[in-house]
Amino acid sequence: MSEIDLKTTAATLEAESAAPAGTTRRMTLNMGPQHPSTHGVLRIILDLDGETILSARPDIGFLHTGIEKQAEALTYQQVVTLTDRMDYLSNLANNLAYCLSVEKLLQLEIPERAQWIRVMLTEISRINSHLVWLGTHCLDLGAMSMFFYCFREREDILRIFEYFSGQRLMTSYIRVGGLSVEPPRGWEKVVGNFISQLPSKIDEYEGLLTENPIFLKRAKQVGYLPVERLLELGVTGPMIRAAGVKWDIRKTEPYSSYEKFDFNVPVQQDGDVFARFRVRMDEMRESIKIVNQCLAGMPGGPIRAEAPKVVLPDREKMKTQMEALIYHFKIVTEGFRVPAGEAYVPVESPRGEIGFYVVSDGTSKPARVFMRTPSYGNLQALSELFHGKLISDSIATLGSMDFVLGDVDR
Amino acid sequence: MNFYILSLVKTGLLAFVLLTFCAYLVWIERKVLAHIQLRPGPYRVGPHGLLQPLSDLIKLVTKEGLIPGNVSTGLYLFAPFLAVALALVSIVTIPFGPEFEIFGVRTWLGLTDLNIGVLFILAMSSLGVYATAIGGWASNSKYALLGGLRSSAQMISYELPLALAIVAPILIANTLSFKELAEAQSGFHFGFLPKWHIFAAPFPQIFSFLIFLVAAFAETNRVPFDLPEAETELVAGFHTEYTSTMFAAFFTAEYANIVTICCVTTLLFLGGWHPLFPSAYGSDYVPVILLLGVAGMFFFHAGQTIKTRRWDRFSFPVGGVLSLGLAGLFLIPMLQPILVPFFWFAAKTLLLIFVFIWVRGTLPRFRYDQLMRFAWTFLFPVAVVNLLITAFAVALTSK
Repeated sequence: MSEIDLKTTAATLEAESAAPAGTTRRMTLNMGPQHPSTHGVLRIILDLDGETILSARPDIGFLHTGIEKQAEALTYQQVVTLTDRMDYLSNLANNLAYCLSVEKLLQLEIPERAQWIRVMLTEISRINSHLVWLGTHCLDLGAMSMFFYCFREREDILRIFEYFSGQRLMTSYIRVGGLSVEPPRGWEKVVGNFISQLPSKIDEYEGLLTENPIFLKRAKQVGYLPVERLLELGVTGPMIRAAGVKWDIRKTEPYSSYEKFDFNVPVQQDGDVFARFRVRMDEMRESIKIVNQCLAGMPGGPIRAEAPKVVLPDREKMKTQMEALIYHFKIVTEGFRVPAGEAYVPVESPRGEIGFYVVSDGTSKPARVFMRTPSYGNLQALSELFHGKLISDSIATLGSMDFVLGDVDR
Repeated sequence: MNFYILSLVKTGLLAFVLLTFCAYLVWIERKVLAHIQLRPGPYRVGPHGLLQPLSDLIKLVTKEGLIPGNVSTGLYLFAPFLAVALALVSIVTIPFGPEFEIFGVRTWLGLTDLNIGVLFILAMSSLGVYATAIGGWASNSKYALLGGLRSSAQMISYELPLALAIVAPILIANTLSFKELAEAQSGFHFGFLPKWHIFAAPFPQIFSFLIFLVAAFAETNRVPFDLPEAETELVAGFHTEYTSTMFAAFFTAEYANIVTICCVTTLLFLGGWHPLFPSAYGSDYVPVILLLGVAGMFFFHAGQTIKTRRWDRFSFPVGGVLSLGLAGLFLIPMLQPILVPFFWFAAKTLLLIFVFIWVRGTLPRFRYDQLMRFAWTFLFPVAVVNLLITAFAVALTSK
């Protein structure tokens, strides 16, 4: 061992033995950013006494993409594609949240059909996100096979997305003013087939996990924080609902005609990993209910708002009408102008409240887009959730928090 | 002289078969897991991925054997050697079949019949803790250290219920030699129920069997007790820092341990090489019937191969012919007394190995403290009570 090595080793050892003399030595463990279960590139600095965590400090920023700043350089419609890349598991909810904010600034009236299709697809993407969560969470707990079962269903969902938008992951299907394209013919059958076989699959998952004694042992009474503290930290979504707070923006501040749908908000009281598991499993079933209602009562009509200055005209109109051609040219070359002002519309994403605070200075590019992302909010609880727990518990808790690093770092 | 030649031949054969089987155990595990998880598993290297173990081996051996700068080199190199040596040494006491006579030589399948064979295996598996503990400590890496700590605590804890579970069948058979243990389980209750220890009268050893199996899962670091190498927590546990042949050594040791522990289970509880039902009912022909069935399946599927699976057109008929040939081997009168007991032994061991893999595909992992609590507050007391009842039953029935 060379001299430098010895020096650095000595320095680390000294730093690690910060505890008073005579007690056990503490160990600092760098969990991540390339750790198998930090779900992306999160780095957590753990102070350990044996396997007990004395303190945990999350270190974020490894996936920083500058999306927030980039948004200021793109036109309003182009920003939609950026929102896909933040939370890549529930991109439709991001699309929706951004579009709702901009549409509020533009004071656009979205046709009912577009609203219903938006609801249906965001619910399917909620199922998608929860499936990925379930698979990776179980993988963390050592139940490897669940991962593959969940991804089997997720594959079907991605096919549905591809069917609708031509893209599997970065759909950008929801646009300012409506949807990007008319849904393809026969979509009812594709969605219906998938949705009708999903409940039995969810039963299968629950059969493997809900009463599995090992899973219960790992999940019950793990990762608990008092509700008051969770609320103070700004935790939203399934995490707060698992702690007994019935807070779901789809119910409290309905958007995109959610008030017309009949569904429950699953709530659990325990606030532990198992409660979060139960909430998300029930949410999947509720989403199935909503999608079924969409299939049954899908209204007809256009999929884009009646706003020639914002929405691109039909190809046929563009080729036959002078006015439409001018609008087309203007929108494509410089984008549409948005009246000065600011707007924020929260949306219930699979992870919690997501919203885009859009500030407009009257030009065709946003002056500022601030993203209130659920993953970032939920991550605030991490150090307190980890405190005094075992490494294994921390992994279970980390999985149950269900964050996406792209959403945290944007 | 004869003894030396025979021993050499048998040692070579055993080492070859064991190491090959360990390599193919990885293939079996990957295939079974893959089919549980709705995917094809190894498929590219050779027909149905059958050459995958070979390519894995070539890959592992040709990789650079990296020794990190801050390890204690001596111990770091010693740990994988110790692991693989102990894992391979413990197989020598295991008999795979009864005595037989071939070409005028009287011998049996297995290397040596130690009169304390059971103790020897227990001792070797206890020493195996050193390999993981030393490997974890010498790596000078935090994940490896935690893995090593976990593993030593876990293996020492589970040694106790394991040993206690072993004592029960030993009490019944009144011997510590594996060969005599297996011989003690020959014959049938009421003419059909095999006198395996798992069915032993008056107190069936089903509890010992289950305790032993659970402890065996923990001893071999398998799911749900794979904490020393819990990949989602400790990256790869004690062998995080190991590469190349040193990693391969740990890997081989792990799979050799699985083979050994499954063989021991078969010998202790499942009657070793004794058939499931008397040969009067035709148990000698079970392997032939099974192999004929396998051959039939091969030929059936050879007739309707899928276009994308080009290999199947050749591999299926070849597999069918091979199974037919094997079935023929089982019909040769001279080979029958060797092959049929070996078949039963291998069948039971493979079934146990399948259970190991099956559990891996199904269950989540325990938490460290839950694992220890499970060993000390549940498994250990149950093993003690089971032992007491067995001892009482043996005392009552002995003349």
